[in-house]
Amino acid sequence: MSNLQVSVYRYNPETDSAPYMQEFQIDTQGRDLMVLNILTMIKDQDSSMAFRRSCREGVCGSDGMNMNGTNGLACITPLSAVVKANKLVLRPLPGLPVMRDLVVDMGLFYKQYERMQPYLQNDSAAPAIERLQSPEERDKLDGLYECILCACCSTSCPSFWWNPDKFVGPAGLLQAYRFLADSRDNATQARLAELEDPFSLFRCRGIMNCVAVCPKGLNPTRAIGKIREMLLSNAT
Amino acid sequence: MVTNITNLGRSGLSDWLIQRVSAVVLALYALFVVAYLLFHPNLDYATWSGLFAQTWMRIFSLLAFISMAAHAWVGLWTVSTDYLKHTGVRFGFQAVVILAIFVFLVWGVQVLWGA
Repeated sequence: MSNLQVSVYRYNPETDSAPYMQEFQIDTQGRDLMVLNILTMIKDQDSSMAFRRSCREGVCGSDGMNMNGTNGLACITPLSAVVKANKLVLRPLPGLPVMRDLVVDMGLFYKQYERMQPYLQNDSAAPAIERLQSPEERDKLDGLYECILCACCSTSCPSFWWNPDKFVGPAGLLQAYRFLADSRDNATQARLAELEDPFSLFRCRGIMNCVAVCPKGLNPTRAIGKIREMLLSNAT
Repeated sequence: MVTNITNLGRSGLSDWLIQRVSAVVLALYALFVVAYLLFHPNLDYATWSGLFAQTWMRIFSLLAFISMAAHAWVGLWTVSTDYLKHTGVRFGFQAVVILAIFVFLVWGVQVLWGA
């Protein structure tokens, strides 16, 4: 009775004309394993199974996937948190092109991240040693810098599904605010100008799917609200 | 920066602000009309007509109609750019919506000042 029913999304563009779901029986011996352990056991049964993984402890952000309908990191999601009626359904992150099985093409996601210019920009003369921050200024970056770019949030966002080429998405916007909030960055006006159009930021409808799925417990909706406040006080 | 020419204010920020302000106006108007109806259980034509004969009520109503027009355009423009991927279909939908909004707005002015 400890056999777990696992249904996995399979697609190999070189041999399959369409994606399909493959069923596996996994003996967990009653242990509350992580979903990534289950995938490793599946790979023992079928070595053609493809998925990304690296650190297996929620730091690298490689194994973001959709588990029983909710995005998350397979390596830090215990079976007890997602399995219902002894059944587990694993699908790739929604909304991005599937390259093979659970591996998606993250190109669009990275393109939006790159558009936010995620690096410090400061055109004032550099001080002799370094640009210092007060502890209060540093505190403003908490809840922003921890993002690991796993794409769980952006691929759970309908606005990102419909317009991934125009809407930056929660991950990119969280990083945009990380640099807008940084006392050492003075490209604020240019950063805000990039976000003022109807799509880049304002396609966010505040449904907070991003907050619900973030494996690091971050809050992109709050960051988006803060950027909106900055835009508003800048323009009224 | 993503370019657009069919949204209301040519700017996401102005569209967002118009959407929020018009929502407040519509909420106030709706609350007022519901409250008025509750306080006048035996409403007759003369009382109802008398309410709309007053200048302040006509201004309030026109403000609500204009808010409705702006609110509907921002909202439905967003829906069309989310779900209608074919340019011809999307432009056609936007044309029909803007025509309907225009007709309802002119009709509303006629109702307020016509009688």
